[in-house]
Amino acid sequence: MPKVTVDGVEIEVAPGSTVLQACEQAGKEIPRFCYHDRLSIAGNCRMCLVEVSPGPPKPQASCALPVAEGQQIKTDSPMVKKARRGVMEMLLINHPLDCPICDQGGECDLQDQALFYGFDRSRFQENKRAVKDKDFGPLIKTQMTRCIHCTRCVRFATEVAGVEELGAIGRGENMEITTTIGQMVTSELSGNIIDLCPVGALTSKPFAFTARPWELRKTESVDVLDAVGSNIRIDARGSEVMRVLPRLNEAVNEEWLSDKSRFACDGLKRQRLDRPYVRENGRLREADWDEAFAAIAAKLKTMPATSVAAIAGDLADCESMLALKDLMAAVGSPNIDCRQDGAKLDAGARASYLFNATIAGIDDADALLIIGSNPRTEAAVLNARIRRRWLKGKFSVGAIGENVDLTYRAKHLGAGPRTLSDVLEGRDDFARVLEAAERPMIIIGSGAVARDDGAAVLATARAVAEKYGVVKDGWNGFCLLQRAASRVGGLDLGLVPGQGGRDVARILAGAASGEIGLVWLLGADEIDMNRLGSAFVVYQGHHGDAGAHRADVVLPGAAYTEKSGTYVNTEGRVQRANAAHFPLGEAKEDWAILRAMSGVIGKPLAYDNLAQLRARMAQANPVFGRVDAITPATWGPFGAAGAMSDAPFANLVANFYMTDPISRASVTMARCTELLGPNKGATGTHG
Amino acid sequence: MLADKDRIFTNLYGLDDWGLDGARRRGDWDGTKALMEKGADWIINEMKASGLRGRGGAGFPAGVKWSFMPKESKDGRPNYLVINADEGEPGTCKDREIMRFDPHKLVEGALLASFAMNAHACYIYIRGEFYREAENLQGAIDQAYAAGLIGPNACGTGYAFDLYLHRGAGAYICGEETALIESLEGKKGQPRLKPPFPAGSGLYGCPTTVNNVETIAVTPSILRRGATWFTSFGRPNNTGTKLFCISGHVNEPCTVEESMSIPLKELIEKHAGGVRGGWDNLLAVIPGGSSVPVLPKSICDTALMDFDALKEQRSGLGTAAVIVMDKSTDIVRAIARLSKFYKHESCGQCTPCREGTGWMWRVMERLVTGDARIEEIDLLLEVTTEVEGHTICALGDAAAWPIQGLIRHFRGEIENRIKRRQGVAA
Repeated sequence: MPKVTVDGVEIEVAPGSTVLQACEQAGKEIPRFCYHDRLSIAGNCRMCLVEVSPGPPKPQASCALPVAEGQQIKTDSPMVKKARRGVMEMLLINHPLDCPICDQGGECDLQDQALFYGFDRSRFQENKRAVKDKDFGPLIKTQMTRCIHCTRCVRFATEVAGVEELGAIGRGENMEITTTIGQMVTSELSGNIIDLCPVGALTSKPFAFTARPWELRKTESVDVLDAVGSNIRIDARGSEVMRVLPRLNEAVNEEWLSDKSRFACDGLKRQRLDRPYVRENGRLREADWDEAFAAIAAKLKTMPATSVAAIAGDLADCESMLALKDLMAAVGSPNIDCRQDGAKLDAGARASYLFNATIAGIDDADALLIIGSNPRTEAAVLNARIRRRWLKGKFSVGAIGENVDLTYRAKHLGAGPRTLSDVLEGRDDFARVLEAAERPMIIIGSGAVARDDGAAVLATARAVAEKYGVVKDGWNGFCLLQRAASRVGGLDLGLVPGQGGRDVARILAGAASGEIGLVWLLGADEIDMNRLGSAFVVYQGHHGDAGAHRADVVLPGAAYTEKSGTYVNTEGRVQRANAAHFPLGEAKEDWAILRAMSGVIGKPLAYDNLAQLRARMAQANPVFGRVDAITPATWGPFGAAGAMSDAPFANLVANFYMTDPISRASVTMARCTELLGPNKGATGTHG
Repeated sequence: MLADKDRIFTNLYGLDDWGLDGARRRGDWDGTKALMEKGADWIINEMKASGLRGRGGAGFPAGVKWSFMPKESKDGRPNYLVINADEGEPGTCKDREIMRFDPHKLVEGALLASFAMNAHACYIYIRGEFYREAENLQGAIDQAYAAGLIGPNACGTGYAFDLYLHRGAGAYICGEETALIESLEGKKGQPRLKPPFPAGSGLYGCPTTVNNVETIAVTPSILRRGATWFTSFGRPNNTGTKLFCISGHVNEPCTVEESMSIPLKELIEKHAGGVRGGWDNLLAVIPGGSSVPVLPKSICDTALMDFDALKEQRSGLGTAAVIVMDKSTDIVRAIARLSKFYKHESCGQCTPCREGTGWMWRVMERLVTGDARIEEIDLLLEVTTEVEGHTICALGDAAAWPIQGLIRHFRGEIENRIKRRQGVAA
C-alpha cells in the first residue's frame, strides 16, 4: 500500500487509488464537477487541481492522477488556491446569473463551490454565451446556457444506461451537449442525469418551478413501482409529493433510480380514492366508513365462508397483506392469493421465488441465462448492473424469450420453453457456456412462470440450474426476477390458498360461476374485472383504477408514500417504507382498515398497533425480524415436472411507463408513453 | 551555412522525381536491410547518440522516447508507431514538403522506427487539407509495397510491416498526440488525460509512440551517416540539421534545411533574402510557429535558432516556423489574430481553455483598437496564467504564450493605443 502525504499528514492508501481519493481519505475536500465515483474519469473541469511533488511544476488534476509512493500532495497551497480560483472564474464567465430562477438553486454544485473557491465579483466584461436549449424529452428540462460541459450526462448515458444518445458537438466555446440528431433520450434511467448534472442545465421537467429544495420535507423510503426495492427519498410539501429522488444503497440501486419510480409521483395526486364509496342502484355514491363496513358485514353474513375470497395486489405492503390473511382466516375462508398474475410460484420453497444471487451478486457472476424476462423494463436499475458486469468482460449472456435490446450483447437463443429444454439437454451451445462458468446465473422472468405451464418451466429452469452448477456451495445463481413489489412479501407471509382454497384463476372462475360471492381486492387492479361475474367486490386501495370501477364498496387506503409499510424486494431484502405525509381525506393506512373491519364483524384481529402487527409478522416468518437484510433461502425441490407448451415467452411489460395504478394515473408517464412508449410516433389518427 | 553534401532533404523543392526511382537516386532505401540487421537496440542507441530532438515542437529526445516502448509484449498487445502528419501550426510548412517531394524518406523512416520499437503496424495521420501530399505519400507507400520494401517481408528481412495513411479532417487539435490517437480511433478529437502516456496505453490501448514527420524522415539518414555526423551540427543538446520555414515580411519566403543553432539573422538574410526593407525595418519575429512568444528586434539581432537558446529568451523553437514581421505590422492585431485561431481550435473539453481562449481573444480584439482600460492589460496577463498550465493538453499554453510575449515586449504599444483612444474620446 503506497504511503502519501496530504497536507503534511502521511496516510496509506489502496494501490491504484487516485490522488483525489487519497485526499478524501485524509479528510480533505476536493472540489470537483466532472468527477463522479460511478463514471469514467474525464478530468475536464479542472476544478480538482492540487499540487503534487514529485511532478511538473504546475497543478495536477487529482481525479485522474494515480497515487505513487512518497507523493507529497498539497490541497491548500497558494498555487492550488490560485488554480481553483482561476478555474472557477472560467466556469462562471459564461454561466448565466440566473440562480434566482434556476431550479438547481439550493442544490447546485456550482453555486456551493463558487461560494467556497470563487471570486466575489466578475472581471469578465464581454457578452456571455447563449446556447440553444435541446429537447431531451418529457422528463428532462434543458437550459443549455448553464452547461459547464462536465460530460457527466454523456458518460452516464454511454456507460451506465447503455444508450449512445448523448454527446458533444462543436469545438471550443461552441461545444454543446446534445442528443443524437435531436432525438429524445430513450433510456429508462434517463432521470439520473438530472441528479448527475452539477448545475442547472438538466433539471426535472415535471418538477420545474414548483418548489425550492429547502422547502421540502424529506422522507427516506423505498420504491414500490418495481420489485427492485430502490431506496428513495420522498420530497413532500404538505400532503403533496413533489418529487422522488434516489437514495444511496450500494446493495440495491447504488444511486440510480428508474424513470418510472422517479417521475410517476404526480400520479399520486390524481384519480385518488379519498373517501369510502358504496354502490347503490348501480352507481357508486359517497359514504362514510361505518356505512361501508356495514355493507360488507351485511354481505358477509349472507354467504358461507368458502364463498369469500381475497386477492392482494402488486403494491400492497406486508402489514396489510398479513392483516388481510388474518381477516380471511377469521372469516374462515381459505381463498386467498397474492399472485394476481397467476404465477406458479410455490410459497413453500423460498428459493423458488427469490433473486437468490442478490442484486449485488450480479457483480460476481460470470455467465447469465435470461429466461422469459426483459430486465430492462422489468427492473431497469438491476439491468444497469448487469450491463456494468458485462462491460467488465468475460461475461456471456444468453436470452430465451423476446429478442430485445438489453443495452448489452445477449445471444438470443430462442423464444420459448423448447429452447430451455435444449439448454437442459445440452443441445444448445449456451449449455457449454454455463458449464464452463464458475458462477453462472439464471434469471427467470416472473412472466415465464405466469403461464399455464409455469410450474413446468420453473422445474425445467431448476433442472438447468442443478445440472450446470448454478446452485452450489457458496453460490446460488438461480434468480427469479419479480415485477411486483408485494410479491415476495406476500409469498413470505403465505398469501396463497389454504387447504382446499382457490388461487386467483379459480377465484375468478368461481366468481363467474357464482360459487364465490365476495371478493376482497387489496389494491388488485391487474386482473380481468369482467371475470368477477356478479360477485360482491370490495376494493381497498388508493387509486380509482380498474378495481375501484368494478367495486361494490370502495375502501380508501394509503399509497406507499403515505404509510409506514414493509416491502420485500425480489432478492428477499426486507425494507421499510415511511410515510411522507398522511393519507388523503378520509383514507386510512391499509392494515388499520382491515383491523377495523375485523372489529365490525366481531372477530377482532390480535393487534392494535403497527408494533404488535410487526411482531406478528416476525412470528409468521422470521425473515421479517431482520429489516434491511436478506435472509438467504435454502435450496429445495419446487416446480412440477410436466409438458411445456411451445408458446414463446411473452414480454409482459408492454409499456414500461405504465404498469400500476400510480403510473397509470401519472400525467408525466402518459406523456412518456405517448412519446417513448410502444406506440411512439402515433399521430392520434392511428387506428 | 549548411553544405549541400550535408543536406538530408535533397528534393525539398520538388525539382527531382518524388517517386521510388528518384528516391533511390537520392540514396533512400540504400542498405535498409543492413541497418535493420544491426538490430533494434543498435538503432535506438544510435538515435540516442545523435541527440535528435523531436521535430514536432516539444523537442523531446526521440531515441529516449523510443526506448520507452516495451521491448516485447507481455500481454499480447502490439506496439504501434503513429506518425503525426497533421501539420497545422500557423507558419509551419515543412512536413508537407517532405510528404509531397520526398515521401520515401518518411516511408523508410517509418519502417526503421517501427522496427526499432517492435511495431508491425504504423499509422500516418495526415492533415485533411493536404490532399496532394496524401496522394504522393500514398503513392510512395504503394511503390514501397510493390517493391517489397514494406509489407510481410520488409526489405527481405522477414519483418512484417504495414503502413497505413489516415486522413484527418483538419482540426488543429488533432495534431496533439493523444487527440490524434482518439481521432485515429474514430472518436472526437480531444486530448486524453496523461498518465497513462501513449507509450503505456495509446492507440487502441496499446503501447504507441507518436512522432513528427520530420523526426521520422531524418532517421534513415542519421542511421546511414552515423550519429557523430548528425551531432557535428548545432550546439550540444541541440544537434543536427533542421527544416526552417521562413514566412512573413521577407523578400523570399522559403523552407530550408539548415544547421541547428544558426543565428536567426543569418537564417533570414542568407535564405529568405532578408527582411523587407532591410534588417533595421524588422519589428519582431515569432521564431517557432504561432504558439511561441514573439521576440522583438533587439533579441532577434543575436538569437540562435535552437531549443535551449530560444527558451532562454522566453520563447521556443517550436516547429522552427519563423514568422517575420516588419515595422508595417500591427503587432497587436497580429497576435489578436492568433488568439482568434486558438479560440477557434480549442477542442472545448476542459474549462480553462474552452472559456479562456474566448475571453483572451475578446480582450485582445478590444486592445487592437484601444477600447480598454490600462488595468485590463494586467487582467489579460493574469487570465493567460489561469489558462497556462491548467489544461489537459498544451493548447492552453499555446494560446497563452503569444499574448504573454506581446505584453512582455510591446506593452508600451498597447498602452499608447488605449491612451490615444481615451484622448480622442475625452
